[in-house]
Amino acid sequence: MTGPSMTTAPAVELRNVTLAYHTFVAVKDVSLSIRKGEFVTLLGPSGCGKTTILRSIAGLVQPTGGEISVAGRRIDNVPIHKRNIGLVFQNYALFPHKSIFDNIAFGLKYRKVEKAEIARKVKRALDMVRLPGVEKKLPSEMSGGQQQRIALARAIVIEPDVLLLDEPLSALDANLREEMRTELKIIQREVGITTIFVTHDQEEALAMSDRIVVMNKGEIEQLGTPEDVYRRPETRFVASFLGQSNLLPGRITAIADGQARVQLDGGPEIIAAAPASARAGAAVTVVVRAQKVTIGAGSKAMPGKVISASYLGGTAAYFVESGGIRLQSNATIDERVWREGEAVGITINPADCLLLDEKGDRLV
Amino acid sequence: MAANPQTAAERRAPWLLLAPSLITLVLLMILPICIMFVYSFYEFVTAGVEKHVYTTANWREFFSDSYYHMFLWKTARVAAITAILCALLGYPPAYFIAMTQYKHKWLLLLLLIVPFWISFTIRTFSWIHILGEQGVINVLLMKTGLISEPLRLLYTEGAVIMGMIHFLLPYMILNIYVSIEGIDRNLISAARTLGCTAWQAFYEVVLPLSLPGLMAGLLLCFVLAAGSYVTPDILGSTRDSLFGNVIFDTIMGQLNWPMGSALSIVLLVLLGIVAVIYSRFMGLSRVFKGLGA
Repeated sequence: MTGPSMTTAPAVELRNVTLAYHTFVAVKDVSLSIRKGEFVTLLGPSGCGKTTILRSIAGLVQPTGGEISVAGRRIDNVPIHKRNIGLVFQNYALFPHKSIFDNIAFGLKYRKVEKAEIARKVKRALDMVRLPGVEKKLPSEMSGGQQQRIALARAIVIEPDVLLLDEPLSALDANLREEMRTELKIIQREVGITTIFVTHDQEEALAMSDRIVVMNKGEIEQLGTPEDVYRRPETRFVASFLGQSNLLPGRITAIADGQARVQLDGGPEIIAAAPASARAGAAVTVVVRAQKVTIGAGSKAMPGKVISASYLGGTAAYFVESGGIRLQSNATIDERVWREGEAVGITINPADCLLLDEKGDRLV
Repeated sequence: MAANPQTAAERRAPWLLLAPSLITLVLLMILPICIMFVYSFYEFVTAGVEKHVYTTANWREFFSDSYYHMFLWKTARVAAITAILCALLGYPPAYFIAMTQYKHKWLLLLLLIVPFWISFTIRTFSWIHILGEQGVINVLLMKTGLISEPLRLLYTEGAVIMGMIHFLLPYMILNIYVSIEGIDRNLISAARTLGCTAWQAFYEVVLPLSLPGLMAGLLLCFVLAAGSYVTPDILGSTRDSLFGNVIFDTIMGQLNWPMGSALSIVLLVLLGIVAVIYSRFMGLSRVFKGLGA
């Protein structure tokens, strides 16, 4: 899973990291290698172990097994305050009794940086997060978005080896979140800092990351570029977690010309692009993104009936039924919005179908 | 649009609900204090007899007689020592209870409250069996031959302070506990990742953010210690009397109610001033927050 062609030491490397509390295993044998300057997102539902991984890199929890290295140096046995790591908390965790200046200067003070140099660096950090001149204010005098930027400035100003972001946008309201998402990404690029971002929000993950680590139940389900994990999910979990997908169980009846005929359980037949390992007779699950299911008046298409329709402006979300199978379709509106009860033709391009085997892994 | 949608009955409701406590406070506290204030201007004739004529003699006596000033000063000193010792002794357990991962935290808090189940007077008397000439400490030291004569532990200022600490420590611990409990643990983690050792993080984050609770505890202990008279009476000699004992003696011993009233008002006003000055800096709401633990 890790890039084997890397020449320099990875910025962050996890080798077989495991973390168990009594009988509960929060993180199970996770290995991960992150390049310098890369923006990697740990994505997964709550309780999947993503925050635990972040906290173990920071040193706030101790893995029960495995090794963690940062910048080529093993750090899992180094005390927290000697690891050079910037951590931004979900609730920002700004010191409420200290001014903005003292908050940002905090890490520099403990790195024995000279006073004049501290002042200069704090000013530069505030310029970077576009909040110049707020040095004397207290955190309570700032808005949520501003506190977020201060927290970021405080973490970056110490020039950490890696920046860890623990759901930093989840406390912001929707508009601000999108704005901060862009800004965070710009700042990260400017500084060129290796960043690990934890979120349960797939949109955030897809928009910001160089690579995404999709996690479930303490294990890595898939690691890849946003496009990879979105378009080529490797497991059933990834397919269902990212975006809206139809997961249709069935059995391959025949394979010809690189295409597999799949008889869906209790439903119609569907044609899917056949991967090399597909075998006739095998039980599979066909995965189709909701936006790849188009509906129209076409007669040569699979016949179906609209069960429900929601108009979403540029697109519409439908549930359609075809031969006992219910499909979700999110399509741009080119003809018109179909109404409940209307008979329609359903078109699914074989190339948009992925096949998962019985264990839930993608056939390749 | 009606400016006030509340009906008359709705507006009355809060007052009706408050009435029992307001009436109790006025009848049993404000009114008696007012009567005492009036009494302080009556003339003392002889034990138990006073003339209901206006005189400032009691107040002049208080302001001119250094005997009272000495007791006031001593009371302030003993109360301050008690409060500070309570803070020093109370902080570690409060910190421990707030920070422990132990899942039955309520049990630890319950242990703090348990002493209150036993009468305060009995708890105070129990020290006699520990500090007295035939007390545990002296008997043990004599038996082991470390001393030949019993040490004078009881009826000293030290014994008085110890008795007051015994009684006040839970208040201090609860106050500090509440403020530490309210600190966001992420702040400590943030300080640690920014380069603090555990001690430095305590000094930078926990200590300053727990100061309101500590200060509230100090005020509470000071005020309660300064107003106490049972503890010095049981555990101290006559030289260890506090201002409360002077008041007790004036009223119950000399039966000089006018002077006793004047002295009571003095103590009330002085402790009130301490509380007011304090609240200017700390905000008294903090004190109440601590009390509500």
